[in-house]
Amino acid sequence: MMIKRAILPLLLAAAIPYALHGQMSSSTRLVRAADEPHNWLTYSGGYSGQRHSTLRQVDATNVKNLEIKWIFQANSLQSFSATPLVVDGIMYVTQAPNDVVAIDAVTGKVFWLYHHSASPGRLCCRGQVNRGVAILDDTLFMATVDAYLIAIDAKNGRPIWKTKVGDASSAYGMTLAPLVIKDKVVVGVAGAEFGIRGYIAAYEAATGKEAWRFYTIPGPGEPGHETWKGDAWKHGGGSVWTTGTYDPELNLTYWGIGNPGPDFNNAQRPGDNLYSDSVVALDADTGKLKWHFQFTPNDPYDYDSTQVPVLVDANWNGTPRKLMYFANRNGFFYVLDRVTGEYLLGKAYTEVNWTSGLDPKGRPVLTPQPAGQTTYPGPLGATNWYSPSFSPSTNLFYLSAWENYGQVFDPGDPVEFREGQNFTGGRLSPPPGAPAMPGMQRGPVNTWHEGAAHGVVMAIDPKTGTKKWGYEMHDVTTSGVLTTATDLLFVGGREGYFHALDARTGALLWKVNVGGETAAGPMTYQVDGKQYVAVAAGHSLFTFALR
Amino acid sequence: MQLRRFLILAGWLVAGAPASLMAQTYAQADIQYGARLYAEQCTLCHGATGDVVAGVDLRANRFKRSTTDNELRNVISNGVPGTAMVSFKFAPPELTAVIAYLRNMRDFDSKTTLIGDPARGRVVFEGKGECARCHRVNGKGPRVAPDLSDIGAIRTPDALRRVIVDPEAQLRPANRSVRAVTQDGKVITGRRLNEDTYTVQLIDEQERLVSLVKANLRDYGLIKGTSMPAYGDKLAPDELADLLAYLLSLKGL
Repeated sequence: MMIKRAILPLLLAAAIPYALHGQMSSSTRLVRAADEPHNWLTYSGGYSGQRHSTLRQVDATNVKNLEIKWIFQANSLQSFSATPLVVDGIMYVTQAPNDVVAIDAVTGKVFWLYHHSASPGRLCCRGQVNRGVAILDDTLFMATVDAYLIAIDAKNGRPIWKTKVGDASSAYGMTLAPLVIKDKVVVGVAGAEFGIRGYIAAYEAATGKEAWRFYTIPGPGEPGHETWKGDAWKHGGGSVWTTGTYDPELNLTYWGIGNPGPDFNNAQRPGDNLYSDSVVALDADTGKLKWHFQFTPNDPYDYDSTQVPVLVDANWNGTPRKLMYFANRNGFFYVLDRVTGEYLLGKAYTEVNWTSGLDPKGRPVLTPQPAGQTTYPGPLGATNWYSPSFSPSTNLFYLSAWENYGQVFDPGDPVEFREGQNFTGGRLSPPPGAPAMPGMQRGPVNTWHEGAAHGVVMAIDPKTGTKKWGYEMHDVTTSGVLTTATDLLFVGGREGYFHALDARTGALLWKVNVGGETAAGPMTYQVDGKQYVAVAAGHSLFTFALR
Repeated sequence: MQLRRFLILAGWLVAGAPASLMAQTYAQADIQYGARLYAEQCTLCHGATGDVVAGVDLRANRFKRSTTDNELRNVISNGVPGTAMVSFKFAPPELTAVIAYLRNMRDFDSKTTLIGDPARGRVVFEGKGECARCHRVNGKGPRVAPDLSDIGAIRTPDALRRVIVDPEAQLRPANRSVRAVTQDGKVITGRRLNEDTYTVQLIDEQERLVSLVKANLRDYGLIKGTSMPAYGDKLAPDELADLLAYLLSLKGL
């Protein structure tokens, strides 16, 4: 029967397929998310961050028959940046900035809505957005723009506890989807543009009590502090605003760290400025640093490394290894050994002139451009928060990127830290001859055309870092990428189209105009034997399935 | 102009009419709750008798700036800049109660006990009243009936008292239960969370979120009555008063 989709508690549902093995806790269910591809249990669809689904109903032969099944219109004019979760027919998604909505994943009808009124006077963030919730058993977790972590009853939308993670009046805020690991909820704070000192912190899922905290800018006596001079570390930035990943075997959780503060005046903060623009591997139980790798030392370009670290087990030069693929905002695709942090490969995937290349340890050889000359990529990056994808079927890595994108950086005068004031320093201008630049968001009319940049969805062969194919768009793009086992690639863009591409060749198979830019990652799920694909665009969430 | 004169008159009637023209009754439970809040929050400046501030006599309904209840709401919520009157963060039911008390200060009988002691009320809630058998508070208890964790922040004392005494008459439509029978004869009962022409979303008696397409149902309708008992005869007046005090103390996170 199609008429009823009752939702069992996570525990019960988990017990059905594994009844012979006894009852499983749902944190184990998160570890084994691949065993239930009909659900989407974490921000990236699984701890590895691959944003890949093994559902097979929609394929290259029938993708043209996708049609809209329902639309959820957010009561919000903020960018819709959330990836929904789906658990056994119920979708949980956030409406910006901080409402949680439980939706019937088949009809799009709402069960309940939880509203959080963010503190007035908060400063974070550049967009008052949210990237989604995390779930453990029957509890959802949301990180808010005013820096609270809130646990919410998944059945009735009632708050269970509310913990202050940071001080909103000092510009601490959160926009990321939390990551549940075992009995803890891991989040990170943003606000580097206002001179915060960033951290990643874990909270007990049952009580909201803080379990550990890792400062992304090390303080006196901590390793890495020597990469800062004087008091610069106190406002050193290092925001964390995109959800990390987790390797249960190593018990390490991986997080990309944002830019140092002030953003553009690096002379003001001499040194490498650890752990800004780095990826860190933390013990999930204690928050202790296992290793780090810095992509852009002493960064003057706002090259946040807040991309999703994608975890893949594969042969490297003939030996099976635990790898991390990382397409960075600085224009390079990296392969690291995620056990040790060892640098294995780094290759530019778009125009880069801030460095002439990477040394054998992956450290960039700096080539600062003369005053008035264009630096590639510009401050919004060759890529950004939008999720990449890895397909174990094609063995290719996919991302949305900006090509031919540069800007002229002027570090300006040193900027004095004042609480609540912008702490970016510097000035940006378009490249000579380009009248305008793409901004953070796009209006209904593209006024800058091909003058400065365009978007591309590309496939990279992670063995070599070479580009396999690219699907170019007229406008730039901010869409995450989803791949499926049937070698489909789903991606939105700024122009309002939602596309299905052939993941092997990049050929366009299907597209629909959903009328708004995508700033989130698509996801897929299955209920009652029907596969759905969902994507946020503009201020709405669109859900498709076969006719 | 006739029209203009009419508009001026109409404007006076709406904005300038004395309070006595706006006949309004205030519930005893609200008045008493307001008296409690007044004693906690207002007596420091206005005094127990309401006439300590020069030019203001709350008991005589003589205010400097307010005539209507809405104006009183504004003054209490926002304060009066440049004066000692600060703004107060009252929840809507509290504001309603304070105003109900201000309007009835002169005749208020402090001996009536419609609102009792919250700690004793909790005992009634979890014990004799058996409220906790269906209602959830702060993460404990079933989700079958409405969660009451913040009920004191969203319902006035009088509204709560009425629904406790006579739930049948007072139950909100959204809290009524429905019964659905699927084509294969399965019966689903639960509390509606949302409904439209073609579908209904509910939480069923096993606390599952269920979405039903009406076209696929053999039978669907509201369940008459409610499983909530009428407490008018079941609880003594002081128990009822204590229960009310407990419910009013539930303000959510």
